[in-house]
Amino acid sequence: MTDRSNIRVVVGMSGGVDSSVTALLLKEQGYDVVGIFMKNWDDTDEFGVCTATEDYEDVARVANQLNIPYYSVNFEKQYWDKVFQYFLDEYKAGRTPNPDVMCNKEIKFKAFLDHAVSLGADYLATGHYAQVDEQNGEVKMLRGVDRNKDQTYFLNQIPKDILPKILFPLGELDKKEVRELAKKHELATATKKDSTGICFIGERNFKEFLSEYLPAQPGNMETLNGEVKGKHDGLMYYTIGQRQGLGIGGAGDPWFVVGKNVKDNILYVEQGFHHDALYSDSLQAVDLNWLITDVPTEPFSCTAKFRYRQEDHAVTVYPANNLKEASVVFDEAERAITPGQAVVFYDGDICLGGGTIEEVFKENKPLAYLG
Amino acid sequence: MDYIYLDHAATTPLHQSVQSEMKEMISKAFGNPSSIHHFGRETRKVLDRARENVATSINAKFNEIIFTSGGTEANNLAIFGAVEANKDKGNHVITSEIEHHAVLHPFEELERKGYEVTYLPVDTSGTISMADFQKELRDDTIFVSVMTVNNETGIRQPVEKIADQLKDHQAIFHTDAVQAYGVESIDVNELPVDLLTVSSHKIYGPKGIGFLYKNHSIHVKQQLFGGEQERKWRSGTENVLAIVGFDQAIRSLKEELNSRKKHYEKLSNEFIKQLQASDVICSINGETSLRSPHIVNVSFEQTDVEQLLMNLDLEGIAVSSGSACTAGSINPSHVLTAMYGEEDARLRNSVRFSFGKDNNLDDIKRVVNTLEKITSRLRRLA
Repeated sequence: MTDRSNIRVVVGMSGGVDSSVTALLLKEQGYDVVGIFMKNWDDTDEFGVCTATEDYEDVARVANQLNIPYYSVNFEKQYWDKVFQYFLDEYKAGRTPNPDVMCNKEIKFKAFLDHAVSLGADYLATGHYAQVDEQNGEVKMLRGVDRNKDQTYFLNQIPKDILPKILFPLGELDKKEVRELAKKHELATATKKDSTGICFIGERNFKEFLSEYLPAQPGNMETLNGEVKGKHDGLMYYTIGQRQGLGIGGAGDPWFVVGKNVKDNILYVEQGFHHDALYSDSLQAVDLNWLITDVPTEPFSCTAKFRYRQEDHAVTVYPANNLKEASVVFDEAERAITPGQAVVFYDGDICLGGGTIEEVFKENKPLAYLG
Repeated sequence: MDYIYLDHAATTPLHQSVQSEMKEMISKAFGNPSSIHHFGRETRKVLDRARENVATSINAKFNEIIFTSGGTEANNLAIFGAVEANKDKGNHVITSEIEHHAVLHPFEELERKGYEVTYLPVDTSGTISMADFQKELRDDTIFVSVMTVNNETGIRQPVEKIADQLKDHQAIFHTDAVQAYGVESIDVNELPVDLLTVSSHKIYGPKGIGFLYKNHSIHVKQQLFGGEQERKWRSGTENVLAIVGFDQAIRSLKEELNSRKKHYEKLSNEFIKQLQASDVICSINGETSLRSPHIVNVSFEQTDVEQLLMNLDLEGIAVSSGSACTAGSINPSHVLTAMYGEEDARLRNSVRFSFGKDNNLDDIKRVVNTLEKITSRLRRLA
């Protein structure tokens, strides 16, 4: 085996099975592995109980099984300033933010990377389902082999120049294999349930959580023609294409959220999953980040995802002169494109980069009612 | 890797003599000291001998020593026990902002129970001021607790002066002497406190044992209920084997106190001298003339405490800073916060080095060299 004992890899360990197996694989490959738990959020309750405690204890148990040093680092302030504020601001603006994308950009692959470098790390590793691969002398980010778990969507905003410093050992595995490895090595987290939802909300009620930070302003639910169909609890609780929780009865097809009017506090609803108002044919993307050296300056065709775990869609990208924005035209009309979410571009398995969906268009007219 | 342990204020290894003594006793003295048969008496003999020795070590009487599970329990018993026994005399209690959590948190609990608590501030020297103390002391003050030596900065507090002030006052005076006991001889006649806490594992004894000195003339209400052990002040079968180890640790301390003190002085002075002569940009926290010889708290400019501690550990050097939260991350030290205010950079770049009897000058050299390497890298990345 190649002697890697002088190559230090700092692994972000969350106390979950994925990052546990990440550390395991690196240790087996002979690296000098250091496990670090990131404490990004303080939810200590009145009894002094905080959910991070249990996760950290699991990190400690697994790290001790692997005989690697482990530590905890506190990024609460950075997380609050860079991720949570953005999250609240976006909701205030009537959009649907993606805190995981922001967390990868600002915390895991920035603050945490800096921390790893300060510890003399040669590489930073995480348990993301994605791959970093050198192709024709260029380090690129590829989709994870497990298509169902592929997380490149969330990684679209990380800077290209750090890719050579990143290891994603799970990228070549599928989730089942990861679980099996954890069980085979009897890791303490082998049967631990995967975490769901946004990390700082956890298992709690999303509506309740958000209302602690943003005052809810109830208002009218109306059709695009202005027919009042009921009351909404606050625009931030709804996302485009949503069916649940509208409480509109009556005959005909079910009702769906098709848009928001932040200024007048109106939630637009229409009937039918395939209602015309849910469909668009292009979007304006901002904050573009490219994960390839040759930043596109001319229009090109590729595939794109508009939300996580969605099928790829054929699109043509028209880069703006400033290269930080682009117009993305869909080959076929797409349903429920949501401002605030990421649009991520692919060439086969290569993740080219992505941006934030700023505006959505149909026949060159902005869908103004999308917030 | 060769490891260097510089965290003796957190805990110490077992003294060789303690290991031998405990090994020897592990198969003997199994009887319950409360039993009225041969086996009980044999163990009782060991326990009495230890109690006598412990009492003598601070010039106290045999019946003034209450064995507890350690410093935390001794502090809890002192605070809750004495306050409860004296609650008819007033509602006001005094402590300092820089106490160990085993004192601070009980006081916060007293606050929740309705007592009026004054937390004495400290200045940048790291000590409370007698002027503040005099200002805050009231006729209805029933209890005062101020530590002898601070565990983070090593700064000694004016406990003699407080004891003197309280000579003709109703307030009971407790001092947490956990850090002081291993570096200075304490005599409860010269330092006339009512209650005093000592822990075994800070003086090369086993964990899980400590004692509370309780002056025979004051009242303390028991906090643990059960059997009649420790004259009912601390129910529960005595941790005999640990007491044996504690006893031996105290005997060794008595023999070695002066040489240990000199050794700590040599190490910490040399450490400071070499740091100042090196490329490390640092400053010592707290007034140096008031510092106990075994603790040096150092601020490293333009660095980050979490990065410092992890880097040092990866280089095999064990030190600490403040206290870790349950999720392992480091909370800013309440002691440095009290000294410098919440916004000061030193809260986030300070490390405590605490020396022990087995450290040597080679250790100091390696630590300073390593600090040079680490801090210059961290400053470059800052």
